[in-house]
Amino acid sequence: MNASERLDATFIALADPTRRAILARLKQGEASVNELTSPFAISQPAVSKHLKILERAGLVTRSSVGTSRPVRIEAGPMREAVDWLEKYREFWEQSYKRLDALLEILQTPRNTDKPKTKKPRRDDDA
Amino acid sequence: MPNPLTITTPGDTNIVVTREFDAPRELVWLCHTKPELLRRWYGLPDWTMTVCEIDLRIGGKWRFVTVAPTGYEMGSQGIYTIIVEPERIEQTEYYDDDWTKGGSNNAAVFSETHGRTTVTLTVTYSSPEARAAAAATPMAEGMEIGFKRLDAVLAEEQAA
Repeated sequence: MNASERLDATFIALADPTRRAILARLKQGEASVNELTSPFAISQPAVSKHLKILERAGLVTRSSVGTSRPVRIEAGPMREAVDWLEKYREFWEQSYKRLDALLEILQTPRNTDKPKTKKPRRDDDA
Repeated sequence: MPNPLTITTPGDTNIVVTREFDAPRELVWLCHTKPELLRRWYGLPDWTMTVCEIDLRIGGKWRFVTVAPTGYEMGSQGIYTIIVEPERIEQTEYYDDDWTKGGSNNAAVFSETHGRTTVTLTVTYSSPEARAAAAATPMAEGMEIGFKRLDAVLAEEQAA
């Protein structure tokens, strides 16, 4: 998988609430499939299916050692997805901060040449 | 202080950005639709907006070009598909360097409560792959972002 495909797999994996809950549980430490199944009102095969999707995205790995084959979280692909969202966030945060400043200037009564110099009458909130 | 920015990724193809502003929505609307106002805030602080054209009517074209400190020019453009002043605006968006493979549909909704305006921007990509491809944007490369802890992410993803 290239970076884009990996990120895509990560987002698909993260799109499901059960899978996010599984990741949240694994964040506290590795667990067997049995241990992962108990908090959820779904069957073990269903949990296994979710784990396969998480594995494909590289978000979790299963140990080949021991009979319980514990599952553990892998931070790398999650980091890529997060980095991307953080960059996206940074773009909008920086832009919107400047918009805050601009809106303040535009609402300062001194600026009589601007489109709005005072707040308009408030609409009914109904 | 306005509520902080939130970003969620519901479904396979959406990114939703929400932010509140301490201003009436007519004003926030103008800041999104008047080039002379938009170019004063849109984009990263060290990038320069050299083209900001807005033909604000349904079927009308918009085009932005911003230049990075490295000299890289990032152009994007699209067509307005829905305009309900000052409540809602929808437009297509295509980047000159088509890394998002087919562009996106962007819907901005402006809602006002007690003189404050919440802007909800929903970007819908043509496919999950397209959303993921947006990760390779040169825009993103121009930024220095620290790695946030996994805890914060999981909390955010779970809240989504």
